[in-house]
Amino acid sequence: MTSPMRRGVPIVAACFGAMVVAVVASPFIGSTSLGFSRVFSTTIPFADNVDAQIFFVARLPRALAAALVGGTLAAAGVVFQGLLRNPLATPYTLGVSAGASLGAMVAITFGSAWAIGGVATASLAGAFLAVAIVYALAAARHRGLSTTVMLLAGVTLNAFFSALILFVQYVSDFAQTYRALRWLMGDLDVASYEPILYALPLVGVAFAGFAWLARPLNLMSAGIDAAATRGVEVERVQRGAFFAASLATGAAVSVGGPIGFVGIIVPHLVRLLVGADHRLVLPASTFFGAAFLVACDALARTVIAPIELPVGIITAVIGGPFFLWLLITRR
Amino acid sequence: MAINHATVVGPKVRGLFLAFVLVVGVNLAGRTLEPPDLRTLGPSRIISLVPAVTEMLFAIGAGNEVVGVSSYDTFPPEVTSKARVGALIDPDVERILSLKPDLVVVYNSQTELMTRLDRVRIPTFRYEHAGLADITSTIRSLGQRLERGAQAEAVASRIERDLEAIRRSVAGKRRPRIALLFEREPGTLRNIYASGGIGFMHDMLETAGGEDVFADIKRQSVQATAELLLTRAPDIIIEVHTFDRWPEDRIARERAVWKALPSLPAVRSGRIYLLQDERLAIPGPRVAEAVKLLADILHPAGQPDYQANSRAILAGTSPLSKDSVKKRSSAALPRLP
Repeated sequence: MTSPMRRGVPIVAACFGAMVVAVVASPFIGSTSLGFSRVFSTTIPFADNVDAQIFFVARLPRALAAALVGGTLAAAGVVFQGLLRNPLATPYTLGVSAGASLGAMVAITFGSAWAIGGVATASLAGAFLAVAIVYALAAARHRGLSTTVMLLAGVTLNAFFSALILFVQYVSDFAQTYRALRWLMGDLDVASYEPILYALPLVGVAFAGFAWLARPLNLMSAGIDAAATRGVEVERVQRGAFFAASLATGAAVSVGGPIGFVGIIVPHLVRLLVGADHRLVLPASTFFGAAFLVACDALARTVIAPIELPVGIITAVIGGPFFLWLLITRR
Repeated sequence: MAINHATVVGPKVRGLFLAFVLVVGVNLAGRTLEPPDLRTLGPSRIISLVPAVTEMLFAIGAGNEVVGVSSYDTFPPEVTSKARVGALIDPDVERILSLKPDLVVVYNSQTELMTRLDRVRIPTFRYEHAGLADITSTIRSLGQRLERGAQAEAVASRIERDLEAIRRSVAGKRRPRIALLFEREPGTLRNIYASGGIGFMHDMLETAGGEDVFADIKRQSVQATAELLLTRAPDIIIEVHTFDRWPEDRIARERAVWKALPSLPAVRSGRIYLLQDERLAIPGPRVAEAVKLLADILHPAGQPDYQANSRAILAGTSPLSKDSVKKRSSAALPRLP
């Protein structure tokens, strides 16, 4: 074991611990205080047990959704930054969230007659559309994938989809526009386990990809050509990274909306702690991202209770200054 | 339904317009905003940008003078023959000017439109609705402006009489605790928005003899999460669906969504109502009908003959079965301790 690895593993373990503590503790935090014994009471039937319902129907799904979304976005951020070899890359750089948002807007505006789960499904479809367009463009003109074309296509697609989103909002009525705007702010109040269960298989596939990507991404960080001479199949890795990270982002956005900042702050913060090795950065970012978003969501629902703040506002308001402080104090 | 949404997003829209005033409205300072109206007769070419105002104009007998209505107007049926000129946030100014109006009724937040109309010296009538009492006062002042004071007085006092009758009929009865919702993502318990402790819908609910479970939250709209609903424990849940016209089976499906929160008194008793009726969202002359509709739901024994005449689809008379509630409550805990 190399020495950065040895130093890093305890930090990864600490991040994991933070995630577990956050997920277990946050359902007990809220505008109403819950009695521990009442929540887990075996004598009171569930249908009569308000504490248990608040815990299991309202707060626990929310904490789990926050952990899933936060961990997934943070890991996707790491992979996108590695793939594009650009520290400013976020899970949303390549247009995935804009596509997802467009899908959600269309569902909210035109889909009032649609079946259950319409908005989440439509946002996932929109994400896939964006991924397909970016991939087709990046793969078309070059042998192999051009990350430059990918980046340009993504940025352009973001602008293009944003215009379409504004158009859809313009033709929709007030209530729909408000709902759409609220969706864009991010919301983790899933109120059931279903959205989490739907997203889990997609996230699972994406993380299997991430595990395979950690080593090749390390080699590629020294340069594409250097990685190629050391036996990395660069194109395959790029394609895998692109699809896995896009899938993860699409799934996360379909659950909680395009929650900003997690995908860029958490990876950088974690790199300050454990260095650049993706074998450490990926798991640590996942766990820390999960803990961070669970904590942000707990704040979002308690700060001005009984009214909620959109969690996307909290992540940016807390995350931004904290990250800047860390950047200045740690060399 | 513009006015409904104005009550929903009011502060936000108003904030936007406030920003606009700060930027653009500076050069307006010192100008008379209301040009003198020298006509002896009332205006003859009126434009309304809000359904509630259109209804008021027709109710006080000025329907023939209306030349343009908002894009959301559906009532009275005569509006179908009128020109559509946009709505609260997207008025079509060119269309409005081309109709050569001599009075445009604008909501107080439509600062930009007012500025442009003032510039071309088209008179405006401005109003703002904060609650139930404003409806009749707007009808009266609109009547004054249109030289139709007597008709307006008749309409307004009839509304007040009807509301008073409802107040009396529910006086002394136990006030059930109500959650009045105007938004919910179909098929889920996400993105629920409820009437808070101020505004037109809140006033309607109180007048109809209900206690608003969100009365302490002094906002027009409250995002009601599953947790908030569980802690407030409403006896009755009323969902207002302004535009939806769902068939019975869809309504049944949407009501069943609530079984996920089995401890809510409303779910236990099955008193969950999906009202597909635009009157609940229009603070206009039909407001007493809307309040009566609510009162009949809250106090069903009161006016038994009313439901037959109601255009609203009343769903929720059958309680959600005990069995299904139990089944759901165990399903709500998939593989968890």
